[in-house]
Amino acid sequence: MNAQVRTEMAPALPPPRRTSGLILWLRQNLFATPTDTVLTIVGALFILWVGPPLVEFLLTKAVWPGGTVEDCRIEAAGACWAYIGARFNFFIYGFYPIAEYWRPNVVFALAALLIVPLAMPKAPYKLINALLFFVVLPVVTVVLLGGGWFGLRPVPTDQWGGLLVTLIISYVAILGSLPLGILLALGRQSNLPVIKTLCTAFIELWRAVPLITVLFMASIMLPLFLPQGTSIDKLLRALVGVTLFASAYMAEVIRGGLQAIPRGQYEAGASLGLGYWQRMGFIVLPQALKHVIPGIVNIFIALFKDTSLVSIVGIFDLLNTIQAGTSDTNWFSPHQAVTGYIFAAIIYWIFCFSMSRYSMFMERRLNTGHKR
Amino acid sequence: MTTEATATSRDIDRSHMTVSQTDVAVEIIGMNKWFGDFHVLRDINLKVMKGERIVIAGPSGSGKSTLIRCINRLEEHQQGQIIVNGTELTSDLKRVDEVRREVGMVFQHFNLFPHLTILQNLTLAPIWVRGIAKDEAEQTAMKYLERVRIPEQALKFPGQLSGGQQQRVAIARSLCMSPQIMLFDEPTSALDPEMVKEVLEVMISLAEEGMTMLCVTHEMGFARQVANRVIFMDQGQIIEENEPDAFFSNPQHERTKLFLSQILH
Repeated sequence: MNAQVRTEMAPALPPPRRTSGLILWLRQNLFATPTDTVLTIVGALFILWVGPPLVEFLLTKAVWPGGTVEDCRIEAAGACWAYIGARFNFFIYGFYPIAEYWRPNVVFALAALLIVPLAMPKAPYKLINALLFFVVLPVVTVVLLGGGWFGLRPVPTDQWGGLLVTLIISYVAILGSLPLGILLALGRQSNLPVIKTLCTAFIELWRAVPLITVLFMASIMLPLFLPQGTSIDKLLRALVGVTLFASAYMAEVIRGGLQAIPRGQYEAGASLGLGYWQRMGFIVLPQALKHVIPGIVNIFIALFKDTSLVSIVGIFDLLNTIQAGTSDTNWFSPHQAVTGYIFAAIIYWIFCFSMSRYSMFMERRLNTGHKR
Repeated sequence: MTTEATATSRDIDRSHMTVSQTDVAVEIIGMNKWFGDFHVLRDINLKVMKGERIVIAGPSGSGKSTLIRCINRLEEHQQGQIIVNGTELTSDLKRVDEVRREVGMVFQHFNLFPHLTILQNLTLAPIWVRGIAKDEAEQTAMKYLERVRIPEQALKFPGQLSGGQQQRVAIARSLCMSPQIMLFDEPTSALDPEMVKEVLEVMISLAEEGMTMLCVTHEMGFARQVANRVIFMDQGQIIEENEPDAFFSNPQHERTKLFLSQILH
């Protein structure tokens, strides 16, 4: 008999206190093994080597807005932020008429006002909010930016540019590709041969073509096939191209999510008498989409950056305006171009990183924890 | 396991357990089904009257699950007729949905919707299939949750419940559609031994209320207490059918005798 038999139940105890302290943390995380120690030292040296010059270039020796081009031309000068400040409006609005800047500003403000409560799970009026953001906002944007109604001066889309265009293309492509991708993914799983074949063919066709080819086809080839005299707006063509392109990728990611849903879920829905769209809408898709949030956001982020490819067909998005800015001789200085690209990188990073963090937040929030 | 071990020891109230002489709940005539080349159900003929409690037993792979899954067309049959509540199951989706509305099903693995709370699990179909107002559907749901004795779990998610609780929720979810027939596909096979009884209790009380039930189960105690007929299947065929007492004490077919000797000791 080697087991100790309890005569009374053992009480539940709190866990032992975690030992902490800086030295202990250092030893456990940075100097645990000889290899760790070497890597820590190499890493520290690298930071010492790269860090100070970087800080110097970007901050301490940089020329800040208010500075002049002469300051930027001094040999020891760092980043020329004064140039960014001077051409800021160009990078945000492109060739949009200066007198009409209030119109994009209203659109920006509306978008920000709508997306913040939409992104907060606890904010009320979700349905109205969503309708405003997904339906009313696009209409307002087209009317306000394009003009031609209500005495607004028409502004053709080739004058739109900068961050404004980057955001418009991203908004349309992201919001268009998700529902399209869902329909394509469901279609590819359909029992109806015609729908299945059409969806599969669409997905495989668009996935097999580079986005640049799609944009070239849309902006250069398409007009050749259209009857003389008809023309479709260049920006619109790019929008459709990017959206369809993204939806093919989206469809495959969502199909992965659909495959992760156990057959029992479909069957339980069916046995309760729910129809196909009810089963998909209430049971299968909410779970499938939750599984593939990382994949979906991955596409969103890639898409946001891929919008810069529209510069190839002559649309002035953020990167293209910055590119164009480098030839501005008024600000000719050693770091003019580099500063522009760093500025572009910072803007792209802010948007992409926000999307990434928000998706992680949603993943945690939607996690009801347990399968089945 | 003895025949009585897992069933309840209480007396069954048989006052409402009446089998209709005229109303047919399910009628299966000359039904055949294949999975690819495999002939899984062979010439099945079965008539179930309203109020009957039928237990379907048999070795694994004998086709018993497939048989009851054909009754709400989770599986399609290729030959013969299946008529449920007077509606024949064909490829006509409208009729299929009509039948599914009136036939509840409880699965081996519960198949609750993990992203919805218990209450939402129970009200989804009544609201969207029956068109019942949300308040009313929730009241009905709470009534059935009380019946299966877990009203306090209404706002939790399925993953927070034990297996036995989940299966009781699954039964309540079916009942919320006020079905006329209930199908049970091995409802206790995936449960921990301690939880089998709480599920069987609920099934017994359903039987006491006169529900028409078809149960695929290995709970022979339940069969003996509640069923009015036991059907034994092997190799896709019904090879024996009898009242429970006779079925257990005097099995006719060699395969039935072997099966019973394997599971009852």
